[in-house]
Amino acid sequence: MAEHREGAGQAGQLSEHGHPAKEIHQLDRVVIRFAGDSGDGMQLTGDRFTSETAQLGNDISTLPNFPAEIRAPAGTLPGVSSFQVAFADYDILTPGDAPNVLVAMNPAALKANIADLPKGGTIIVNTDEFTKRNLAKVGYDSNPLEDDSLAGWDVHKVGLTSMTVGALAEHPVSKKDAERAKNMFALGLLSWLYSRPHESTMHFLERKFAARPELVAANKAAFNAGWNFGETTEGFAVRYEVPPAQMAPGNYRNITGNTALALGLVAAGVKAKLPVLLGAYPITPASDILHELSKHKKLGVTTVQAEDEIAAIGVALGAAYGGALGITTTSGPGVALKGETISLAVALELPLVIVDVQRAGPSTGLPTKTEQADLNMALFGRHGEAPVAVVAAQSPVDCFHAAIEACRIALKYRTPVILLSDGYVANGSEPWLLPEISELPDLRVEYASGPNGEDGKFYPYLRDPETMARPWAVPGTPGLEHRIGGLEKADKTGDISYDPANHDFMVRTRAARIEAIDVPDIEVEDPSGEAKVLVLGWGSTYGPIGAASRALRQRGVNVAQAHLRHLSPLPKNLGEVLASYDKVVIPEMNLGQLAHVIRARFLIDVVGYNQVRGLPFTSTQLETMLEEVIKNV
Amino acid sequence: MSNAVPVQLSAKDFKSDQEVRWCPGCGDYAILAAMQTFLPELGIPRERTVFVSGIGCSSRFPYYLNTYGMHSIHGRAPAIATGLSVSRPDLTVWVVTGDGDALSIGGNHLIHALRRNVNIKILLFNNKIYGLTKGQYSPTSEIGKITKSTPTGSSDAPFNPISLALGAEASFVARTIDSDRKHLQSVLRQAAEHQGSAFVEIYQNCNIFNDGAFEVLKDPETRDAYLIRLEHGQPITFGKDGSHVVTHPAGSFGLAVSEAGAVDAGEVLTHDAHAEDPAYAFALSRLAGPDLRHTPVGVFRSVRRPSYDELVRNQLDAAKAKAGEPEADLAALLNSGDTWTIL
Repeated sequence: MAEHREGAGQAGQLSEHGHPAKEIHQLDRVVIRFAGDSGDGMQLTGDRFTSETAQLGNDISTLPNFPAEIRAPAGTLPGVSSFQVAFADYDILTPGDAPNVLVAMNPAALKANIADLPKGGTIIVNTDEFTKRNLAKVGYDSNPLEDDSLAGWDVHKVGLTSMTVGALAEHPVSKKDAERAKNMFALGLLSWLYSRPHESTMHFLERKFAARPELVAANKAAFNAGWNFGETTEGFAVRYEVPPAQMAPGNYRNITGNTALALGLVAAGVKAKLPVLLGAYPITPASDILHELSKHKKLGVTTVQAEDEIAAIGVALGAAYGGALGITTTSGPGVALKGETISLAVALELPLVIVDVQRAGPSTGLPTKTEQADLNMALFGRHGEAPVAVVAAQSPVDCFHAAIEACRIALKYRTPVILLSDGYVANGSEPWLLPEISELPDLRVEYASGPNGEDGKFYPYLRDPETMARPWAVPGTPGLEHRIGGLEKADKTGDISYDPANHDFMVRTRAARIEAIDVPDIEVEDPSGEAKVLVLGWGSTYGPIGAASRALRQRGVNVAQAHLRHLSPLPKNLGEVLASYDKVVIPEMNLGQLAHVIRARFLIDVVGYNQVRGLPFTSTQLETMLEEVIKNV
Repeated sequence: MSNAVPVQLSAKDFKSDQEVRWCPGCGDYAILAAMQTFLPELGIPRERTVFVSGIGCSSRFPYYLNTYGMHSIHGRAPAIATGLSVSRPDLTVWVVTGDGDALSIGGNHLIHALRRNVNIKILLFNNKIYGLTKGQYSPTSEIGKITKSTPTGSSDAPFNPISLALGAEASFVARTIDSDRKHLQSVLRQAAEHQGSAFVEIYQNCNIFNDGAFEVLKDPETRDAYLIRLEHGQPITFGKDGSHVVTHPAGSFGLAVSEAGAVDAGEVLTHDAHAEDPAYAFALSRLAGPDLRHTPVGVFRSVRRPSYDELVRNQLDAAKAKAGEPEADLAALLNSGDTWTIL
């Protein structure tokens, strides 16, 4: 817990409840992991704690981790669901490599998570669930709360279930509902322990259980019981505070990557002054984008839940042909199915955005776990020469801006764009400094309205000399009736053509027009200007790479960091940047897909650092690895 | 894009400048000509008419019509047309497909478009063979069919496209024949007027790989005995001088064919295309045997139920009625939920 920095306590005061107020220690950063059964409401508990923490002005980063099964057998290891939240009084980039505090709602949660908790860390454990049967379920021969296996950790044994049920004895709720409220007891306790404001949780409960006032009262009472327990029990001698972080002035909200991405798509429609049509088929971890977009009809968003992934992109492409901003959202297995339609969109040269929230593969793989292994598919996964633009989001908030950028490219250059997110940024959250709408880019483009040929005729494949885009001539426009399709088209006229020279020309033109897309130069962060090693990343590795680079620099080790938002086309200055370092290291949550591209494209022998565990890199592992590379340069 | 001015167009206006490249003698020519002479009747401007097709011989259709058109990919035309139709209610969207395109690779999209009742007109050219890939059996080929891929005869039981569409509760289901322009155009007219999905199976001759597949329905010697022409509100009779009738025998789920003289006039079934329960139309679709004897043509079913497009549009309009200036609404959306301010 190197980052714990204890400040002045405030011992000796009386609290509002009349108990001697506990000593308050100040910390600069805390990482809490809530872990329990998938039915224990850990995601909600973590989410609420995060929201309370955001209100306080800390910087935050979160990492949910849950099984694919909705309710795996209760009390088993596969059924453990957890939510990690890091909060600090300074700008943080990751949800933390390891928790300082583990809240374990049952033996399975303890067993599945204890290895991640450094010695000295705090464990708050629900003793009620440590029955012989539950212990046996996860292979504990003896009760870890009674033997000395937890020596070295600061263990708080709390009967979360029984105390909650006790606190709700007078409430007109069933025993089951009372037991269910134990997560609110835990939240109340943790909120007390870390001095979090609780108003937003009270409002949340009022909204969530609006139809059942008795549950509002019971859950509030459970929360308060947890809070009061912290204040009165001798088990917790100290309370903590993490002061607000220095953050830029403005309005904030906490946002997950999926929500940010959905809002980015809505914003793109508004800034393009186009209706948005989403075709989607439910798939983890992308479904939340469909859910979010389905709420925004008022802003011109139509969602079609299609019969399959292929239909979903077909619907989006049909709408794009009709002049809408056509979007489809999915994960890797869905992109595999959509390949043929993406290829058609390449031939039709219509705007289309394909969002791939990557998950661990192959096949169904680990559907709720993160990975970056769809890069090859995004770049190359189609028949024929079918180049598309590829954009990747690097953080939850960045999903908003990356979505707008993907739409900008699609509309301006009339091309399919694949936007890569992944489970880590999709489900993780962080505070978002809300942008001014007027500062978002203007995405308006014009439909074709009349003939474009010098002879007064309309040529569907006559290109704009600047963007190389063909006219977007939408049905309903008189005089521009034309036919398009997947058969090779003659340059300019768009008529079917089997001419060998024309095919060669069109294939090269489609490649050239993707390469000609204006993407900003890549920026390098190298404060000393003396780094010999560049660490290059893309997508969600931004946080851990950034945190590792900062940690190295704090220790006087120079390292340069650059992160790719555009993977196709690559920034024009990338080759020059790469060539100016002695060594380039590329950490990826795959077996080296970007490294492969960089080696082939720039003939640079990059160092790959690869992990496919379904989990993000920790900044510590990257720090260690980078230091090793730097030492050997 | 107002539809206020009636448009006087002729068949010539709907012919594109592309050379038609079907095999000489193909039934598709007749359907194309019927369509080109029929479209002007609708009074819909060319630019508001869109043909979307999949892959196969029939799917070349859009290239030959001077409207908007998209020749897409195998089986996916109904999905693409759905996106277009839902987002552009001002357009008339036709889907042209074949037995392989619609019933094999695209079977999923077909049934879902029909159950949703998307406002598209689907023309299925059924020639009971794969033509463009040069002669393999299709999902409508009869069992035992000898083709390049089934040298000892097909083991696949065929789909009955009309039964399939009715099983998906399509709101408009009809069948017609390539060579009977008058009947074809009459069915197209009713399909065009229908609100919601219209499914039209067109028996189409492939003179190269499956010549004469529907000959018994065309040959003056046989057709009267084989073909049943459905007319809404009319007793179902067929054969020379109305020699045969269709009845619904008591205690049977299905329909039966009798000699006219063998039953009372009151027992002759009167065709009701508007029957809500698709079971009746389904029973009609089962009358024909594998030899095409007793093949009904005409409109099997035409009922009104809300189209997917309408339902989606109503929700959108209701939401938009509450909308303000889009950028202000967007700002409000971004700033919703638990927000806080750093000064």
